[in-house]
Amino acid sequence: MLLCLQPFELIAEPELGAMERFAAHRFACGIRRLEALPLPDVALDRRRDQFDATEVLRTALAACPDDAARVLAVTERDLCIPMLTFVFGQAQLDGKAALLSLARLRPEFHGLAPNQELLRARIRKETLHELGHTFGLFHCTDAGCAMALSVNVAGIDAKQDALCDDCAVRLEDRIATLGLRSVRPRSEA
Amino acid sequence: MNSHWKILVVDDEIAMRESLAAWLREDGYTVDTAASGREALERARQTAYDIYFIDLKMPPGINGIETMIELRRFQPDATVVVVTAYATVDTAISAMKEGAQEYMVKPCNPEEVSAFVARVIKLKNLQRENLYLRKKLSRQYTFQDIISKSPRMHEIFELVRAITSQRSTVLIQGESGTGKELIARAIHHAGDRSARPFVGVSCAALAETLLESELFGHEKGSFTGAIARKRGKFEVAAGGSIFLDEIGDISPKLQMDLLRVLQERKFFRLGGTDEIAMEARVIAATNRNLQEAVEAGTFRDDLFYRLNVINIRIPPLRERREDIPLLVEHFIGRLAIETGKPVREVSRGALKLLMDHEWPGNVRELENALERAIVTAHGEVLEVDNFDFLASSPHRHQPWEVPGDVPLSELEQRAVMAALERSDGNIKAAAIALGVDRSTLYAKLKKYGVPRRN
Repeated sequence: MLLCLQPFELIAEPELGAMERFAAHRFACGIRRLEALPLPDVALDRRRDQFDATEVLRTALAACPDDAARVLAVTERDLCIPMLTFVFGQAQLDGKAALLSLARLRPEFHGLAPNQELLRARIRKETLHELGHTFGLFHCTDAGCAMALSVNVAGIDAKQDALCDDCAVRLEDRIATLGLRSVRPRSEA
Repeated sequence: MNSHWKILVVDDEIAMRESLAAWLREDGYTVDTAASGREALERARQTAYDIYFIDLKMPPGINGIETMIELRRFQPDATVVVVTAYATVDTAISAMKEGAQEYMVKPCNPEEVSAFVARVIKLKNLQRENLYLRKKLSRQYTFQDIISKSPRMHEIFELVRAITSQRSTVLIQGESGTGKELIARAIHHAGDRSARPFVGVSCAALAETLLESELFGHEKGSFTGAIARKRGKFEVAAGGSIFLDEIGDISPKLQMDLLRVLQERKFFRLGGTDEIAMEARVIAATNRNLQEAVEAGTFRDDLFYRLNVINIRIPPLRERREDIPLLVEHFIGRLAIETGKPVREVSRGALKLLMDHEWPGNVRELENALERAIVTAHGEVLEVDNFDFLASSPHRHQPWEVPGDVPLSELEQRAVMAALERSDGNIKAAAIALGVDRSTLYAKLKKYGVPRRN
């Protein structure tokens, strides 16, 4: 299985590297980094100074190479959808593309001191969460599962960077159904 | 899994409806979208959604509030969230007044939307559980189609269960409309005779000779008009049960014949010589006080004792008023479907009126009253006004000018004739109007020599 990482504008190496290593390990897949793309103008909501997640996701999907099983887009900019004040990310349910914003994952966004370890932990959890959606996983009622819905960073911090047994089995089943080879990590076995 | 919860997102802006739908789908809900109020209503007519997110401004066509009002006409329980980007106090008031559960100003905090949906789902789960428990409870109060939570009725149910497989005759006593036939059927169907016939005969409806022929059958040529052999009800009910309704109205000769059948457990067809074994269980019923009839010498005491092996006395509805709400709910559920009316319940005031009514015609009268109210009702709730006719009913304690110098039998005859005239000869309608069952009315017609129309 090939997963493409699609940065929108510049993403610092430590963060991009964290995503890459975690995804490669968790999904036992090959990773290809794509050239960074500019954020599409049409996605910018000037009044809210945010980017429309649906538009960005659409651009990522359009740029995705044919041989990629999944594309995970990432941006430093804050994302929203018309109905909601913000979203941490968005994914096509049982589709090909997922998107993650690092903006609100940074403690600085909330007026706190930078914390690289905390940021990387949040990146791992949300990477698994958004990619989980692309394999058909819904939000999980287990607050510790990475698939639990988080509506604030406290919710993200309460989760693990792993799936509960139920979601893990569903993910394996889905990957098997799609014919994409994967190895379940030992930590979740 | 949330997939059995259905949500419809209604917005003319594609970005808005698709992004909210995608966000909700991540929770596992089944989410559809509609681009206009009209499309939303079309979809809602096909699928009853649990939650509707409806945008307030949707040009052209009908706006969000109009959509909600129309939606509520056929889905009164729908949970509607009115969404707007331009909140004003007026629109908020108007949305809530028309029944929106929530008024959301976009963009909303994800926490707010998520908490609202979770709250609605929790409430709907509780409603479903409540409905399930109520149905379960209602089954507890139901015995073979008879609904009651009255301890006296439950004693009867216990007795019925105990006697179902016996052969003893049963005498059911109770006022008109208390459900004597239902109890008789329950005795039959709950027992080991249920696969055999249950044959009912209204003894008051037929003239003496006809009744004899009905009960015992006849041979060809046994009387004028007996052009073929006919099996009687006792024969037809072999192995099953025969229900002799209005047993108090049979003639002395028939009393004698019946006594003989019960004693000897065999009979002859009219004009016949072959002895036929009586294998039916006899269940008799009357709205008369047979004990008094025995004392007055109009009913044979030996027949009474033969019939009265197991006695069941059904209390009138006024002595088990606690059953009225249960019965009202049951009848509304059934009659609303039969009449195609959207009636769902009675108001508190109307229920009080029904609880206070004397119900001389008992459960049958209550059923008829509800049917009449439902047919004339316009909304979902039956109000006190829908039962105005009860207040003017002669059964109510209303002042009524009764001539004090007319024999009772004449008053009764006049009432019967008036009811028949009003119903244009329709026996069923006249019986309902008089608060008696058809067999009683036939008996009155016979008594007063009123010819039956065909």
